[in-house]
Amino acid sequence: MLNNITLGQYYPVDSPVHRLDPRIKIILTLCLIVSVFMIHTLLGYALMLLFVMLISRLSHVPVKVMLRGLKPLRFILILTFLLNLFFTSGETLWSVWIIEITREGLRQAVHYSLRLIFLVLSTSLMTLTTSPIALSDGMELLLSPLKVIHFPAHELAMMMSIALRFIPTLMEETDKIMNAQMARGADFESGNLLNRAKAMIPLLVPLFVSAFRRAGDLAMAMEARCYHGGEHRTRLRVLRIGRNDVIACLIVAALLALIILEGIFVPTLL
Amino acid sequence: MSDDNRILAEDVTYAYEEADKNAVNHLSLEIREGEFVAVLGHNGSGKSTFAKLLNALYLPSSGRVLVYGMDTADDEQLWNIRQKAGMIFQNPDNQIVATVVREDVAFGLENLGVEHDEMVRRIDEALESVHMTKYAEKEPHMLSGGQKQRIAIAGVLAMEPSCLIADEATAMLDPKGRKKVLDTVRRLNKEKGITVVWITHYMEEVTEADRVVVVSDGETAMIGTPREVFSKVEKMRELHLDVPRMTALAQDLREDGLPLRDDILTVEEMAEEVARLLCP
Amino acid sequence: MSMTLSHVCHTYSQGSAFEHLALNDINLEIREGEFIALVGHTGCGKSTLVQHLNGLLKPTSGTISLDGEDIHGEKTDRRALRQKVGLVFQYPEYQLFEETVEKDISFGPKNLGLDSREIDRRVRQAMEDVHLDYEKYANRSPFDLSGGQMRRVAIAGILAMEPKVLVLDEPTAGLDPRGRDRILTMVKHLHEDRGTTIIMVSHSMDDIATLATRIIVMSEGKVCLDGTPREVFAQREKMDEIGLGIPEAARLCQALRAKGLDLPDDLFTPEELHGAILRLWKEKGGC
Repeated sequence: MLNNITLGQYYPVDSPVHRLDPRIKIILTLCLIVSVFMIHTLLGYALMLLFVMLISRLSHVPVKVMLRGLKPLRFILILTFLLNLFFTSGETLWSVWIIEITREGLRQAVHYSLRLIFLVLSTSLMTLTTSPIALSDGMELLLSPLKVIHFPAHELAMMMSIALRFIPTLMEETDKIMNAQMARGADFESGNLLNRAKAMIPLLVPLFVSAFRRAGDLAMAMEARCYHGGEHRTRLRVLRIGRNDVIACLIVAALLALIILEGIFVPTLL
Repeated sequence: MSDDNRILAEDVTYAYEEADKNAVNHLSLEIREGEFVAVLGHNGSGKSTFAKLLNALYLPSSGRVLVYGMDTADDEQLWNIRQKAGMIFQNPDNQIVATVVREDVAFGLENLGVEHDEMVRRIDEALESVHMTKYAEKEPHMLSGGQKQRIAIAGVLAMEPSCLIADEATAMLDPKGRKKVLDTVRRLNKEKGITVVWITHYMEEVTEADRVVVVSDGETAMIGTPREVFSKVEKMRELHLDVPRMTALAQDLREDGLPLRDDILTVEEMAEEVARLLCP
Repeated sequence: MSMTLSHVCHTYSQGSAFEHLALNDINLEIREGEFIALVGHTGCGKSTLVQHLNGLLKPTSGTISLDGEDIHGEKTDRRALRQKVGLVFQYPEYQLFEETVEKDISFGPKNLGLDSREIDRRVRQAMEDVHLDYEKYANRSPFDLSGGQMRRVAIAGILAMEPKVLVLDEPTAGLDPRGRDRILTMVKHLHEDRGTTIIMVSHSMDDIATLATRIIVMSEGKVCLDGTPREVFAQREKMDEIGLGIPEAARLCQALRAKGLDLPDDLFTPEELHGAILRLWKEKGGC
């Protein structure tokens, strides 16, 4: 019963943000990343926070879900904060024994941590609201000019899409093989690391054998349906830039402009 | 393209690498337009290899295959041949490419470079003719085996082929799915006049075919209408194939002296024959 | 050796949007030496049921006991249970993984911690049981064999655990007539000569008519018919309603009775029909 798996971070609801052209979303995400690097003041981060909350509202993705993306990074975040806090030289604010906290240290610790947080949040905005298949579509189209230099944009996207198609199938299969080996007394759970790794062989070998067989079958089925690479191929999924895409661009452009202005006119507070 | 509307195998031989024996051995067959031809044989008889020779997935080691006048060895015609003679395979999971049903049906059309609007029209029509319209937006892994096979059929249909080759398309299905898939293909054969080459080892599936070709050791062992073929009970058993149970029962009774017809296939025919003999 | 299932229910993905009641109050008594055919449509719960028999799945409610002992009891050794109740999954050839046939078959016995002499004995016995010549096949790679042979190797892998109860989930699926007949003959021998209790999931009423001593029909997670083949196939209407039908021979019997022939109403194998029709023919003085 693996019917209810969602892949990656994708949060499957319908919203204006979800419906944006994936190409636009990829480009805008790049813009956001640039913006984050340009922020120098707390005001800038406040603007960014406002933007993230706006998108959360528009996309029906709760902030809580967005913050989940930060969880795997918590150790790096803490490390970044502490390293900057303790190892930046400058005007001493507070010191005990050999530990010394400087004004610059505090400033950098906050700055770099916030930068990291917003970098993750910016990309999460995209991955949460774009299905993996739409993402690979968008990537293919954005990269397609590179075909001139023989960059395999179509092939990469096709591989991605086949992988997505077969993940549920292979997961189901893993489940089946595991049960079958357990019926032969296999034990996947106990023992030390080496034993457990060894216990995986009866699972992995059949899984690979099956994956290869499937790959062979699929290649033949694709050929039988006239697949011959990306040339002269038309597409069912056509991406069109719509009004909402233009609006999204304008919003991000405004954000970028504000951040640039803030960098020029607001004296560095941090 | 010529106006020849047959598929012709002329003295075709095919050997796999490292095999000491030909998988298909000097086989000749003519498949006429609109026919439902069943190819029956046990595993390893060469029937699947033969199927793959019909649309240039394999090329004959000797002899030739002509699909509507086009030689499968002719590179120029490759995509025309595969468009004309579509194929579905045994494993329902391993022939679905896309993550959404309608996009999978689109796959062949995208490869042929069909325009978008035309594509949408053909997809809708193809899904309609396999009665899967309401599953258009579903993910394939949520469907049953029989439904997946019907999606595969739709994928071929959308390419508007003249012939559908089904390579053991029901072998992995349950009885319900099997019946549904076979019924769908029979209907397409009758209503749309699509030529069908139905490869199988289930005798139940061939009783309604126009012709049955029994393949063994890569050669044609028998050929004829289902009645003609199944009436050779002994020969079929020699070839490790089933005959309909009623045909076998009639044969056994005939050996005990009952003058029953030798071409009985169904329970109804058998009941009638026995009643004719025994009713007062 | 007997198994008792009482009030067994199983719900998949409980509490989620995908919640699905697969087994609904199953009560069964499986006695030693029976050959049970388990039939029903895909999704009727039979595959879920068989995975309960060796403890791979745990009932959401209800109990399963083996010789009076709850298989999910605290003292029960799960591995010993899986040894006693051998389960052959659908398309079992996809679980093969070793370099040689012999090694693959010995995987189960090895997991039981048996010594090498006993393992060797069991591998040879299991290969004999599935009609694979030890000398010829033991050292071959299972991946070089034909589909039917691979399946027999996989079944041998379960037989080598010497189970008292052998559960087979559609053991003939996808095989050609020859492969199918081999598997069915083999199962028949295990039942008759070895006294192994057999539970076989099947879709073919004609196959099970001549093999099974008892048929359990499932529909929508429930047992809806349970009895000898004669009893079950007498319920033609019910079997048609579920969409399973009855063997062709049984249909012939009823068609002939409808035409006024003097036949018993419960014949269901071709052999029985053969005998009965021949008797009528002789009575009528035919020759």
